[in-house]
Amino acid sequence: MRSFSYARPATLAEACRSAEHTRFLAGGTNLIDLMKSDVERPAHVVDIKSLPMHHIVDRPDGGLRLGALVTNADTAAHPLVTDRYPLLASAILAGASPQIRNMATNGGNLNQRTRCHYFYDPAMACNKRSPDTGCAARGGRNRIMAVLGTSDACIATFPSDMCMALAALNATVNLHGPQGERTVSLRDYHCLPGDTPWRDNILQPGEIVTAIDLAPAPFGPHHTYLKIRDRLSFAFAIVSVAVGLQMKEGRIMRGSIALGGVATKPWCVPEAEALLDGRAPSHSLFRDVAERLLHGAVADRDNAAKIRLTPRVIERALWQAASGTPQSQMDKTIR
Amino acid sequence: MNVISTHIGQPVSRIDGVAKVTGQAKYAAEPHPPGMLYGVIVNSPIARGRIETIHDTGAREVPGVVEVMTHHNRPHTALFEKSYMDGLGVPGAPYRPLHDGEIHFNGQPVAVVLAETFEAAREAAMLVRVDYERWPHNADFEAALHQKYMPSKTRSNYVPPKPRGDAAAAYALSAVKIESRYHLAPEHHNPMEMHATTVIVEDDGTFTVWDKTQGPQAVQAYLASALSLSKDQVRVRNPYVGGAFGSGLRTVYNVFIATLAVKMLKRPVRVTLTRPQMFTHAFRPEATMDIALGASRDRALQSMIVEGVTDTSRFEHNMENIVIWGLINYKCPNAKADYKIAPRDTYTSSDMRAPGAATGVNLLEMAIDEMAYACTMDPLAFRLHNYSDSDAMHDMPLTSKALRDAMAQGAQHFGWHDRSMAPGSMRDGRELIGWGMATGIWDAMFSPTSARARLGQDGRLHIATAASDIGTGTYTILAQTAAEAFGMPLERIDIELGDSTLPECPTEGGSWTAASAGAAVWLACHSLRKKLIDMLVKSKNTPSWVKQDAVTLEGGALHGMTENGRVSLSLPDALSLAGHDMLEAEETAKPGLRGKISQMRKARFTHSAVFCEVRVDPELDTVRVTRLVNAVAAGRIMNPKTAASQIRGAMVMATGMALHEESLMDERVGRFMNHNFAEYHIPTHADVPDMDVLFVNEHDDEVSPLGVKGVGEIGMCGTAAAIANAIFHATGRRYHNLPITPGART
Ligand SMILES: Cc1cc2nc3c(=O)[nH]c(=O)nc-3n(C[C@H](O)[C@H](O)[C@H](O)COP(=O)(O)OP(=O)(O)OC[C@H]3O[C@@H](n4cnc5c(N)ncnc54)[C@H](O)[C@@H]3O)c2cc1C
Ligand code: SF4
Repeated sequence: MRSFSYARPATLAEACRSAEHTRFLAGGTNLIDLMKSDVERPAHVVDIKSLPMHHIVDRPDGGLRLGALVTNADTAAHPLVTDRYPLLASAILAGASPQIRNMATNGGNLNQRTRCHYFYDPAMACNKRSPDTGCAARGGRNRIMAVLGTSDACIATFPSDMCMALAALNATVNLHGPQGERTVSLRDYHCLPGDTPWRDNILQPGEIVTAIDLAPAPFGPHHTYLKIRDRLSFAFAIVSVAVGLQMKEGRIMRGSIALGGVATKPWCVPEAEALLDGRAPSHSLFRDVAERLLHGAVADRDNAAKIRLTPRVIERALWQAASGTPQSQMDKTIR
Repeated sequence: MNVISTHIGQPVSRIDGVAKVTGQAKYAAEPHPPGMLYGVIVNSPIARGRIETIHDTGAREVPGVVEVMTHHNRPHTALFEKSYMDGLGVPGAPYRPLHDGEIHFNGQPVAVVLAETFEAAREAAMLVRVDYERWPHNADFEAALHQKYMPSKTRSNYVPPKPRGDAAAAYALSAVKIESRYHLAPEHHNPMEMHATTVIVEDDGTFTVWDKTQGPQAVQAYLASALSLSKDQVRVRNPYVGGAFGSGLRTVYNVFIATLAVKMLKRPVRVTLTRPQMFTHAFRPEATMDIALGASRDRALQSMIVEGVTDTSRFEHNMENIVIWGLINYKCPNAKADYKIAPRDTYTSSDMRAPGAATGVNLLEMAIDEMAYACTMDPLAFRLHNYSDSDAMHDMPLTSKALRDAMAQGAQHFGWHDRSMAPGSMRDGRELIGWGMATGIWDAMFSPTSARARLGQDGRLHIATAASDIGTGTYTILAQTAAEAFGMPLERIDIELGDSTLPECPTEGGSWTAASAGAAVWLACHSLRKKLIDMLVKSKNTPSWVKQDAVTLEGGALHGMTENGRVSLSLPDALSLAGHDMLEAEETAKPGLRGKISQMRKARFTHSAVFCEVRVDPELDTVRVTRLVNAVAAGRIMNPKTAASQIRGAMVMATGMALHEESLMDERVGRFMNHNFAEYHIPTHADVPDMDVLFVNEHDDEVSPLGVKGVGEIGMCGTAAAIANAIFHATGRRYHNLPITPGART
């Protein structure tokens, strides 16, 4: 870890005025690790935990506003969340460990960085860590890397679980920056790597995520978060699927799907979702949806298995949602 | 030895438990001598080459930095390679830290920053820049296989496979045959406690080196020899070790570098490795085994051909016994095996819990299961059908082999007999249920060991030996042994371990400590007892009932009979009568003549039978291990509680071997890439099922003086195979590569 200045401002305005080479510190579960590994080298660390973003509040439209500093654990356990957005609670509980979720914040979860082995190791070339130095993950040990949304410059996944549920719920991110406030859809928040893999998301210098807004979710029991990983707990997804289905008389009126673990950002394909409109659940329908979601997937050296496995996970998740039997994160049995 | 068990064999809780959970137990990175410097090591990012320039100006400018030590400015060390040989006896040219500018492996230390604070040392270490001249290297196992060889000088513990019959011809004639290549990924030991050293400079100028090691005397000898110090200038201590699994068998570079820095700066130093640095030294080698089995129509094994390869470094010839186990454990008239090592430009692979057998037994037991199915025979019945009562490879009788009992009791406990033979025939909803089993075998070793017993005026019995308790329960079982031997309550016994100045004890490993140190403590206690009574008898103030054979030692006092009935003498009083305030005895347990003859005539092994239930979702590639039963025949069990913990811990580790653990080598750079606990997956609680451990009654007076075989490693042997075999039973899929992860190769 390199020396840095530390400040803990009391107001948003102050925090946004931060100089260049600043990182905001929330729960620190990601940032501090990366600083210890010499991956992040901020000159200034601005601790935002004193900012007033610690609450979950009702919204006039029946939705919820999740403060950026509410911990993942508190969010998943909040009665309004478990009641209205069990899909979100489930996705959060599928991630990390209780200890980490107790520290990790909602804003931090959105802004967590990839777990690419090469990104984490300053001895290796990485465009995301150091622009234009190359991508060592290509042709390397990349079993965990992405097959969707990749570019020549970067094939790293965006590893969050929570954000897959937020994408399926069509959440909105509230930002506060030097230029004022703005909102952006969660689905548009993260960037494809393209030629600029060092940009994980659309956040501008000095901009802070203040809250995440959720519109009322029409899914009832027809949702699931299904995560396949290398062990039964405390591992990032090899593949994960967040699904919400609006059902009426056995038909799907509208569906919302986000893939995690296989893509460089929460992977949503409106054309795939549209296939579900007005249709009754069936194997062939779900196979078509899975195929459409995987369209354009490319494997590198070690991760072709993801392309084989993902459609099966999507189909299973769709069945779980259609049947109103969401995946339990406690009982490891997958039904 | 005739052991009546009041203490031995009891499920005593760890006597060091309270010290550990209250933080009283001090580990290698915990002493904090005044003026201590922190050392942070800089490692090479390349596999092969030469250091051109080290730029340390930036590092030296960090406030608090005292020195940046490299091969350029380090103090004098031993000249000859052989001075760097450590206790493990791996032939070759041992790696010499900071010796010169040549790079032999990725992760090799190239500099150490020493600073007043850890933070300064770490920051400065990040600022050290090194220019390298890169040389070609190979770190790819597949490519290394083409260069496999048998070294001219083998490791001392290497057991060459001994062929019998004509395996090739018998294979050709066999009615039933299977043949495949099996593969095990490299693994890292990853004990919770990272390797660390704290060196204290004593007032008389000597060094007390707190090191995480399994052998304080081996480290002492190494440091003295490699740093050209006299042995009494270095004392090595490791009273507590937070797990090691073999990573502390060899001296790790941190202890050399820390002590070298002390030599240079004459100040105490601490060097702790990070988790990523734990991936820069010892690891379990990657392995392939080509196994061909042939059986007759009546399902008797006729031929066994095993060819195994493990990897080693370019500079040392590390060898493991991976190919012999099937030849020893199965009756099969024709068998042969071949073993070679494949060189890579990496650090030398090393022993990890049940080295050789964890690899060889598990891969072979997967093949045996396949053969049972090829013969359409229940896998347990097949093993019994081909059971050998002797060491079939050396054609030698065994001191004992209660494996049949282990199989029967394990099967009974598991409910094996309700199993249906056909793969995929047991189902619960979407999950396929599979039941698999395997047997395990591991050496039962005994090494000469010394111990000292001392009785003090406070009435306490103090036991000392240079053994290491690496978390296995050595403190506890030695206290039980002493209690038994000296008739002393457990609470009045102090055990001192982990110090190179104590009576000689070999490095902890190979599951020999319980048998060896246990025997030494037993002898020392008996000798002390005899000495005490002899002295009492000689002293004129002693009551006349005190005679060598007429007194008993019980409850911490001497007891005897007079006409007036039972009489007692407290130990402090006995000491006073004998005219001493302290009395001690030191003894060495070694095989002796009878033992040596026995070792030549009889083979000695620990055995086990493991049963496993898995639930597999065949579409999603998920595997849940839901039940494990391990029935172990390991001679006398000193303490069923600590022993069962050893077996359970090994079963967890073997679950990792079967399903999770894999160090991912990027052969382009020769570096293990998933070098942290987020990405190197060991089983979590959710992955660990109900585990039942049964100890089978096995009386064996010959294997070691106390009839003990040791239990530290046997739990690894067979468990991974039982899991893989259960997955086959669930799905009909044979995986030949471990670990079996989602999307893994079959
Ligand atoms: C071992 C381990 C396993 C894990 N497993 C999982 C898993 O399975 N699934 C999963 O989803 N996650 C997992 N995580 C990641 C975890 O969810 C994130 O580390 C956590 O959500 C980050 O939140 P934080 O508050 O600690 O962020 P910090 O570490 O404080 O910050 C992370 C980044 O976000 C930025 N940031 C934080 N808050 C804001 C804000 N309000 N506005 C703008 N920028 C901000 C910081 O500047 C920093 O760049 C794991 C982490 C670890 C260490
Ligand atoms: S995949 Fe992306 S994060 Fe990984 S090494 Fe390549 S550029 Fe870096």
